[in-house]
Amino acid sequence: MPIRYARPSAPSDDKRWKIVETRMRRLGDRPYALIEALHAAQEAFGYLDDDALHFVGDTLGVPHSRVYGVATFYSFFTLKPQGEHTCVVCTGTACYINGAKEILAGLERSLGVTPKETTADGKVSLLTARCLGACSLAPAVIVDGDVQGKVRAADLVARLEAM
Amino acid sequence: MSVYTLTIDGKDVAGSDGQTIMEVAEENGIDIPGLCHLEGIHDRGACRLCVVEIAGSPKLAAACVTQIAEGMEVTAHSDALLEYRRTITEMLFMERNHVCAVCVANNHCELQDTAEDMGLTHFDLPRISPKADIDASHPLFAIDHNRCILCLRCVRVCDEIEGAHTWDVMHRGLDTRVQTDMGIPWGESPTCTSCGKCVQVCPTGALFEKGRAVARGSKRRRPFLPWMKVVAEERGL
Amino acid sequence: MSDMPAAARPVRRRVITEEIAEEPPRATAYVCEAASCLSLQSHDITVRLGEVVADAGLGDVEIKRVGCLGLCAAGPLVEIAETGRLFEKVTPDAVGPVVAALADVKQTDVRAPQGPFFEKQLRVATENFGRVDPESLDDYVERGGFEALRRVLSDMTSTEVREEVTRSGLRGRGGAGFPTGLKWTTVAKAQGTQKYVICNADEGDPGAFMDRSVLESDPYRVLEGMTIAAFAVHATEGYIYCRAEYPLAVARLRSAIRQAQRAGYLGSGIMDTSFAFDVQIRLGAGAFVCGEETALIASIEGRRGTPRPRPPYPAVSGLFECPTLINNVETFASVPTILRKGPDWYAAIGVGKSKGTKVFALAGRVVNTGLVEVPMGMTLREIIFDIGGGIIDGRPFKAVQTGGPSGGCIPADHLDTPVTYESLVELGSFMGSGGMIVMDDTSCMVDVAKYFMDFCRDESCGKCTPCRVGTTQMWMLLDRITTGRATGGDLAQLEHLAAIVQRTSLCGLGQGAPNPVFSTLRYFRDEYLAHIEERRCPAGVCTIEQPAEVMA
Repeated sequence: MPIRYARPSAPSDDKRWKIVETRMRRLGDRPYALIEALHAAQEAFGYLDDDALHFVGDTLGVPHSRVYGVATFYSFFTLKPQGEHTCVVCTGTACYINGAKEILAGLERSLGVTPKETTADGKVSLLTARCLGACSLAPAVIVDGDVQGKVRAADLVARLEAM
Repeated sequence: MSVYTLTIDGKDVAGSDGQTIMEVAEENGIDIPGLCHLEGIHDRGACRLCVVEIAGSPKLAAACVTQIAEGMEVTAHSDALLEYRRTITEMLFMERNHVCAVCVANNHCELQDTAEDMGLTHFDLPRISPKADIDASHPLFAIDHNRCILCLRCVRVCDEIEGAHTWDVMHRGLDTRVQTDMGIPWGESPTCTSCGKCVQVCPTGALFEKGRAVARGSKRRRPFLPWMKVVAEERGL
Repeated sequence: MSDMPAAARPVRRRVITEEIAEEPPRATAYVCEAASCLSLQSHDITVRLGEVVADAGLGDVEIKRVGCLGLCAAGPLVEIAETGRLFEKVTPDAVGPVVAALADVKQTDVRAPQGPFFEKQLRVATENFGRVDPESLDDYVERGGFEALRRVLSDMTSTEVREEVTRSGLRGRGGAGFPTGLKWTTVAKAQGTQKYVICNADEGDPGAFMDRSVLESDPYRVLEGMTIAAFAVHATEGYIYCRAEYPLAVARLRSAIRQAQRAGYLGSGIMDTSFAFDVQIRLGAGAFVCGEETALIASIEGRRGTPRPRPPYPAVSGLFECPTLINNVETFASVPTILRKGPDWYAAIGVGKSKGTKVFALAGRVVNTGLVEVPMGMTLREIIFDIGGGIIDGRPFKAVQTGGPSGGCIPADHLDTPVTYESLVELGSFMGSGGMIVMDDTSCMVDVAKYFMDFCRDESCGKCTPCRVGTTQMWMLLDRITTGRATGGDLAQLEHLAAIVQRTSLCGLGQGAPNPVFSTLRYFRDEYLAHIEERRCPAGVCTIEQPAEVMA
């Protein structure tokens, strides 16, 4: 009897799985599509949960332990849902010598979280980035996707607290 | 197959095309230390204990992954190399929590042997020692991450020999840990075959059989797979 | 991308006040829409200018979106093409002066000198910056784009192409400066039917944004350079490995690839010849180590981005174990101009073994932060003081950091050194990808060394022992020093450890990680000693724990 491999079915009816499936199919469902597939899943769902990791691994024929190894290696991937708002503080050299340290300290104090954490009420996630390439705007932060340059700690704290 | 002649520590040796410096040295009774190297699985040149000097090359080469070439002049032992190796061994001790006196692998530990060979008597480097976990959820085996040196022999043997690929690594840098499946407890792993190969190849006391006391962790020759033995004992055979 | 900054979403509509079919516009305003100005809402300026110009009935005026105008510090920037007049810090509500200037442009106007920031530069890789619309293929072609490729495909053999690149003296612009022609020849001669070309756009050095600017301002140039390289090394497939942190660059690249494919500059039968080559984008995912070529290959193959020992070099066994050419964005961007203007023209620029020009990202405590391209051999002083405009608030210059985490800090004594690959290494630094972070007396050099070590320990992949453990231990020692808990023995140990990590690490990240420590120790040892012996930070940056006073 010919062996037939069943294509793993998506974890739910959520239409967003189609996007992930399509991205994998375009790359031939081959193991090397793993990182692209994880990008697709994170773009679609905001983070990578176990369902997503299993689905991607099973479709591409990559062992689960390797999927998890890759997902945790790259700092761009997150395995936890993010807060309603995100604030990314750039810690590149130019920002660092222009006061990124003070901004981060101010945010940690006022939000009560350290980088990569989300406030208890789920409002704000604090993240850091290793240089956004916006060095001429140093110190720079990204609040909900908008790059803001020449930030002052007090202004930023006030803005986030108002959220 | 072409045969190359070369010198290692001034000794004339020969090897065939495709052999590594480590293999040729071993065949000729020259001992080059190495903790990630294990015959039978792929080498990765990661522990850096086997670094050697090759005349004409400004950089050090890992003997386990560097192939021999005709006329190569290799220095495998020198004061400088010993100093590098000693420091790297010290780094491995300082990275996690290696306390030989209470370790299951005491006197059967490749890390301990390496330190002894190099005359490493005391540690000066800063101690990192993060609090690492112990996973004893597997019925037969356990892993103590405090003793892991990330040689990844377990990962490779599980993938290349057993074909289960239960083990892999997660996170990176100092946070790197070996893990089973999706970072789930070992005992819950649906892919682990309990073959015990990972325990057999572990150079330290990180992976061990349950029920073994301190210093009794020697890896015995086994007539058959350990889990078979357990099953047999359970059934009173 | 869902998390793309609103301002960074690709703009599909070209904003032109009037369709210009035959008549060239009488006056053109270039509005910078590269990331830095875009984040200051420069797209709103483009839109607003279009409206105001239309309202004023200026039918013969074009408002054009362009790539980086260079002087990022003064953004958002608008330039009048005909007169060279530059408007700085423009806001959408105050575009009046720009419109007035546009109305005043006469046929006889010539571009006026724009001051040393612009006049002292020599643009090769960035020649189209601020001139072409980054999303318009026509614009690129109009300015000589794909001429080099046409010449290569119709008149040259692959050997001739490699010879010209070799003769130009071009060296890898990603850092180490490996001769590009030699690399191409190695890949061309390597055994194998399938070969790949990879563009390394994983610009990870903190404080460097050259590659991002090239991709955002002139993406077609990179595609042309890659295609020429593919022809020269007999490759048929290419990848651009770009940081996911650069959404605008990725969006513009995607658009460029699509348009180039449609117009027959990519794909099968390029420019009606039998040559075929296509390019795909792969996104990085936030790992600095993936700038190392073997780690980058692992990442494209969908694995953890850990480097492997070389040899074999990627030129022999790279992506999917096939011969692979990996060059940096800026290297590829220089190729079309070299082949258009001739290798001898390029080789005449620069000094010694460092030929041609180099793009630098000026940042830190310098007045004119931004992107500059200068001939090799220009002194640091000219770059920082003439082009960069000196230090903010006229404070004293202390050091310039080049080469990112593998580089070093160069003090004022060496400001008159001509910048070449060799001279920077001699000074204990490194060319790197071209980031230049200027520091004044408000920076503590021990703290800077600690900053870079923190970076390296965070970005270490964890594969080899010296880098994984050694960078953390060096950081711990530096932390002791900056908090006043260190002894003289700690300094000796730091130097010992640094030497061993440099010597025994597997890849460039670990081997280069001790450089910031070495260079700061070489030039600013007194600062280390002040922290250790006097328990004070000369720059007043570090918080030093004073020993509790003993009660008498």
